[in-house]
Amino acid sequence: MSKKINAPDKSGRTPWNRFVYNTNTVGYVFAAPFIIGFLIFTIIPMLSSLYYSCTDYNLIEKENWIGLSNYIYLFQDPRFLNSIKVTLQYVFLSVPTKLAFALFIAFLLTRPSRLVSFYRSLYYLPSLIGGSVAVALVWKELFARKGLINTNLAALGVSTINWFGSMTAAKWPIIIMTAWQFGSSMLIFAAGLKEIPGSYYEAAKIDGANGRKIFWKITLPCLSPVILFNLIMQLISSFMVFTQAFVITAGGPNDATMYYALYVYKQGIQSRNMGYASAMSWVMLLIMGVITAIVFKTSKHWVFNEAEG
Amino acid sequence: MKAKRIISTTIYHIFILGLGLLMIYPVLWMISGSLKNNPEILSGSLNLIPPAWRWDNFSRGWAGFGRVTFTSYFKNSFIVTIIATLGTVLSSSCVAYALARVKFRGNRILFTIMIATMLLPGQVVMIPQYLIYNRIGWVGTMLPLIVPHFFGAAFFIYLMMQFMAGIPKELDEAAIIDGCSKYTVFTRVVFPLLKPALISTIIIQFYWKWDDYMGPMLYLGKPESYTVSIAVKLFADATSTTDYGAMFAMSTLSMIPVFLIFLFFNRYLVDGISTSGLKG
Repeated sequence: MSKKINAPDKSGRTPWNRFVYNTNTVGYVFAAPFIIGFLIFTIIPMLSSLYYSCTDYNLIEKENWIGLSNYIYLFQDPRFLNSIKVTLQYVFLSVPTKLAFALFIAFLLTRPSRLVSFYRSLYYLPSLIGGSVAVALVWKELFARKGLINTNLAALGVSTINWFGSMTAAKWPIIIMTAWQFGSSMLIFAAGLKEIPGSYYEAAKIDGANGRKIFWKITLPCLSPVILFNLIMQLISSFMVFTQAFVITAGGPNDATMYYALYVYKQGIQSRNMGYASAMSWVMLLIMGVITAIVFKTSKHWVFNEAEG
Repeated sequence: MKAKRIISTTIYHIFILGLGLLMIYPVLWMISGSLKNNPEILSGSLNLIPPAWRWDNFSRGWAGFGRVTFTSYFKNSFIVTIIATLGTVLSSSCVAYALARVKFRGNRILFTIMIATMLLPGQVVMIPQYLIYNRIGWVGTMLPLIVPHFFGAAFFIYLMMQFMAGIPKELDEAAIIDGCSKYTVFTRVVFPLLKPALISTIIIQFYWKWDDYMGPMLYLGKPESYTVSIAVKLFADATSTTDYGAMFAMSTLSMIPVFLIFLFFNRYLVDGISTSGLKG
């Protein structure tokens, strides 16, 4: 249905005007920032890093072509394999917890009450400030060996946990912190809940469905596209966990929280192994791509499509 | 029946409020810590009321590190955040308009590319971008933290496109009949109506940028150009004992701008997020 005729304008139809008001011109003028930015800040860096991933570039000396050595070495590097393992563990523990919380609270807040918008702000607050270094530092003190949490666990007679000294415990403060910031997912769920037609609920009530049944048979299916969106966004952002781990544990103890982005930073920026870090970026891109593709593929089975339903 | 409803409503409010307070307890603890000294903070007391109001934490914290004070850290953060946020709002709304409203050749391909970049995790391009900035001599300046924001951010383009889907196309057509061009339809019709989505973008981009730690850490070399997030971390890096009071005092101050933006624009946040376009 594209219109071939230009918008009628008062200034006449000189060739220049015809060009300026042509639909394609308008489109490219408005899209220009993205097109240019995509080339400069995504495509060129990605392609050049593909080249560097096959070299021993270290920012100072001229690079040497070393073929696929970086990639071969990656899969023999226990620290890299460990970083993938702990990152996956973190993602699969934190994302479902976070989304379940977000949905639970968003659902609770659908109840009509004058206080709902106040409550929503209250629960959004951690998301608003949670990514900051300030909160990460608070977390570090809360979970410290003699921090607030251990002191009060001891007061309750429960044995204290050496959170940052134990390889099994160290991940929990970071996972809790991630789940704690469920506010933005909650807002998106809330927007989705608002858009479920009230008539669906009324029809279900007339058919005699109870609250739990309505939730599973109406709310969840109607919300499934929003769940998919939140799932994908949270998967991507949690794969890239950096600041919290950098500030709170710095990857320790003994690499227990040496997440992927942290290890790339260590290799690339701190040790200047730019070639090796580039190869790492590409491997991660492939892993992310595969996981996203799997989620999209399986989503056909659980995302309810109104056009088909 | 009525009594039962009152009881359940009361339980509901107590539960929501209680859980909410538990959630923000760490933040309140930090604020109260800004008025305590080290032994009081490290005592592990749950009490939020400081035994003595130690305002000197703020003056000690503000003094900063070396000869650089928090005046310049805050100034740097404001420069980076405000310019980047402005760039994001302007460029993303233009691109969203092109993709949502103009049927130009290549529209669909660009839309696919945009979605793909949204799914591209930022840290994957961390090293590639660092190499490019290093080559053009931007490492050590604020430019890598600001300039890319003037080229549209996929997440916000997508957010605005979702919102535009709710603005009737008839408005564009009516404006064109009234003598608007495709350009002035954007400036006079679509952009003003986008306000809720623009405000959501401002809030989210502002606090992402304000809280950003990785970018400044990678690119800012000189202490004079440090942002607040870098400076706050310096308290914990000190070789001598950490001054927790000063650290929490500056942490508290560092949250105020984000908090004010949120308070000011809060009521628009939910309106600006539309999920209608996510459905099949």
